[in-house]
Amino acid sequence: MEAVAQFFQNIPVDLLLIQTVNGIVTGMILALVASGLTLIFGIMDVVNFAHGELFMLGAYLGVVVLATTGNFWLALVVATLVVAILGGAMQILTLRPLIGRDPLNTILATFGLSLILQNFALWEFGPVSRKLSEPITSHFNLFYLQYPWYRIVIAGLSAAMIGGFWLFLKYSKFGVWIRATTQDRVMAQAMGIPVPWVYTGVFALGAAMAAASGVLFGPLGSINHTMGLDWVLKAFIVVVVGGMGNLGGSIAAAIFISLLEAYASIWVSPSQAVIVSFVVLILTLLFRPTGLFVPTPK
Amino acid sequence: MTRHDKIYWAGFGVVLAVLIIAPFVLPIFWAKFLTEILIWGLLAMSSDLLIGYTGMISFGHSAFFGLGMYGAAGALLHTSPPNLWLAILAGLAGAAGAALFVAYFSTRLRDIYFAITTLIFSQIFYVIIFTWTAVTGGENGLIFTRPHFAIPPLVDVRFTPAVMHWFVVALVAGSYLLLRRITRSPFGMVLQSIRENEARTRAIGYPVERYKIVSVMLSGLFAGLAGVLYAVQNEFAAPDFVFFVTSGDTIIFNVIGGIGTLVGPIVGAGFFQLLREMLSRIFGDQFPYLIPLGVAFIVMIIFLPQGLLGFARRWLNR
Amino acid sequence: MSAGIDDTRPLVLVEGLHTYYGKSHILDGVSLEVAPGEVVGLLGRNGVGKSTTLKSIMGLVQTSAGEVLLEGRSIIGLPPHRLARLGIGYVPEDRRIFRLLTVMENLRTGLDRAGVSADKRAALLDKAFSYFPRLAERRSQAGGTLSGGEQQMLAIARAMMLEPKIILLDEPTEGLMPRMVSQIREIIAVLHQEGVAILLVEQNVPLTLEASQRIYIMEKGAVRHHCAAAEISVHDPVIKQYLGV
Repeated sequence: MEAVAQFFQNIPVDLLLIQTVNGIVTGMILALVASGLTLIFGIMDVVNFAHGELFMLGAYLGVVVLATTGNFWLALVVATLVVAILGGAMQILTLRPLIGRDPLNTILATFGLSLILQNFALWEFGPVSRKLSEPITSHFNLFYLQYPWYRIVIAGLSAAMIGGFWLFLKYSKFGVWIRATTQDRVMAQAMGIPVPWVYTGVFALGAAMAAASGVLFGPLGSINHTMGLDWVLKAFIVVVVGGMGNLGGSIAAAIFISLLEAYASIWVSPSQAVIVSFVVLILTLLFRPTGLFVPTPK
Repeated sequence: MTRHDKIYWAGFGVVLAVLIIAPFVLPIFWAKFLTEILIWGLLAMSSDLLIGYTGMISFGHSAFFGLGMYGAAGALLHTSPPNLWLAILAGLAGAAGAALFVAYFSTRLRDIYFAITTLIFSQIFYVIIFTWTAVTGGENGLIFTRPHFAIPPLVDVRFTPAVMHWFVVALVAGSYLLLRRITRSPFGMVLQSIRENEARTRAIGYPVERYKIVSVMLSGLFAGLAGVLYAVQNEFAAPDFVFFVTSGDTIIFNVIGGIGTLVGPIVGAGFFQLLREMLSRIFGDQFPYLIPLGVAFIVMIIFLPQGLLGFARRWLNR
Repeated sequence: MSAGIDDTRPLVLVEGLHTYYGKSHILDGVSLEVAPGEVVGLLGRNGVGKSTTLKSIMGLVQTSAGEVLLEGRSIIGLPPHRLARLGIGYVPEDRRIFRLLTVMENLRTGLDRAGVSADKRAALLDKAFSYFPRLAERRSQAGGTLSGGEQQMLAIARAMMLEPKIILLDEPTEGLMPRMVSQIREIIAVLHQEGVAILLVEQNVPLTLEASQRIYIMEKGAVRHHCAAAEISVHDPVIKQYLGV
């Protein structure tokens, strides 16, 4: 007991609080990425392996538009729109022909797409990482650190996007269409809802969320053609831990895991801190396989 | 023997003969190329047991392959003189351990969930291998020397490329025959029934989870064997192979070649590697060969989901 | 009052429809027709293919041969959402309302079509609520919380939001109390008055004979008997033959 108390006393409180903020910031971006994945999975039953690549493309497009126009926010909007359209096109070309087939096929198809997109990025942008400069460079004092405002802005924007998206689902016409299609695809069609286009729209929306996350994340790290893999892996973990198809669960899981990783990085290197998310996954699968934040079905 | 059997074994014999004379006929680059195709083919074949026969997509094969590789590397580095059979044993044990771990968790989940968790698990193994530098050499991997091919007191030869090739041919052919035997046995029939309709199989009374676990274990063992062979062939073990890209490649070989055929994946591996070699020769090293290959892959899934050898699936399994 | 029909072309014409489920031959050459504004009953024992016929018309089941014409135009192979917009409403057996959507949202799925002005929408909603006051009371409740009878009302109201030319009604009285059955009878009458055609599949023979102008009787995947509803009574030997236990 004494050792534990000593241990906790030795951690500087301000470091913990800083990591809490960092954890929430990363968590919000992860939540945005995972929401897109959950949306696509929950509504279309499609595991989008290419989701990380859409994130990556968003970031690269952000770089390109920023370089041409000098405006970060414009880059954010353009990248999101372009990737949304690309996502829609991808769905129409490769996933629509597979509707009704074994879900195995869609996993493989999106996997193929991820290969194409990754290698396209490598070919087009080269192996050297790019940098995306942040739009807001001012800092404020958080304890002994100069904490960048930009990070707070990202967290806020991500939260706003998720919130906006939730409102959209609940109240707009397309939101009703999406929810009806999810509950009963056949009757949705019988009511005149153009289900194939609902699916395209959903995929495009998920892609948009991934791309936006990519642009927002850009200034926090380096942009290269493999960055998508790390994020999609974490996003998958988040989706499983949060309960497949459960939006609220994904968000909670994203923040939970990011916080734990942030705390872990106080003691271990970031590449090892990643093990935390693996442990959480394993524990979830062992004890609450339907999702950590989902009440266990009786 | 039925007519089908005669044709089948004749064909098998021909292919085997061709593979055996290869080192005498082909220039050394292509002979080694062929050997490597066979090793990847073995890996892909092991994956076919899961995908083609049990109906479970797994992205975990990079872990099994990698642990087979590292297991063998470990044995070869720590025994003196390096012993081939110990290496094989160690590799298989490593792969089996990984397979058991993956199987335990993953078989509780359906299809898509299973695929995702195998992906995540294979990455877990990657991170462990990548960061546990003391044991695995981290980023740089492990380098060692090839053991002798020794069955004391009968034989003791060095592994020349030709001997290596024949060794691989023997093991891959043997694995194929063994896997064929397994898929045609009552056990294999249950696996296929699980693939067709899991609920019904369970309703009839089969302990589906147990069958799945065994299937994953077997698949992992053969994948591990491929890893051992790769290690011995190339004299190094590197974390790159434990990255899930290896699993992805394996799936591509399976789909292109035709799942559920056992030989299909080997053909798929050959086709893929050949195409890659051709493309890089014609267009240069930097050509993103994976883009047209990825497109071809998707086109195949949509229009030719049974793969190149898919048309022969029934015939090959009879 | 039936609308003045200067066009003797049937609204819906089904000719020689064949469908299979695996190897089972479910529909073996079904032919029938529904005139504009007409109520047509489809009777038969369980499993003869009545529901499948409705589903085939609605594009929910693949047909291997035969033709379905809507106002003279072939609609075979069109996706269900197109048919809904062309004027076919579908009310399946077991209702299948969207349980997690509110009553209002359920109705919205039919209202949110292109070319419907806000006024029109309001008018349609008012009409639905006046015919089904219970739904008005429960407009913000989730569909799954409604009683069986209320769900049936909602399913019909929802289809009405499409302003259909014909409604395919599959066993609307199944599992309902007698009081609700007579409500269904009234609704069918009202719809008929408005000029909406109805193809009614039912097990309740008296109701069907009362509500329909013509009836078809099916057995083993094909139509075996066809006559005006007025020509036949519940005790008719024909009824006994095809529907008797």
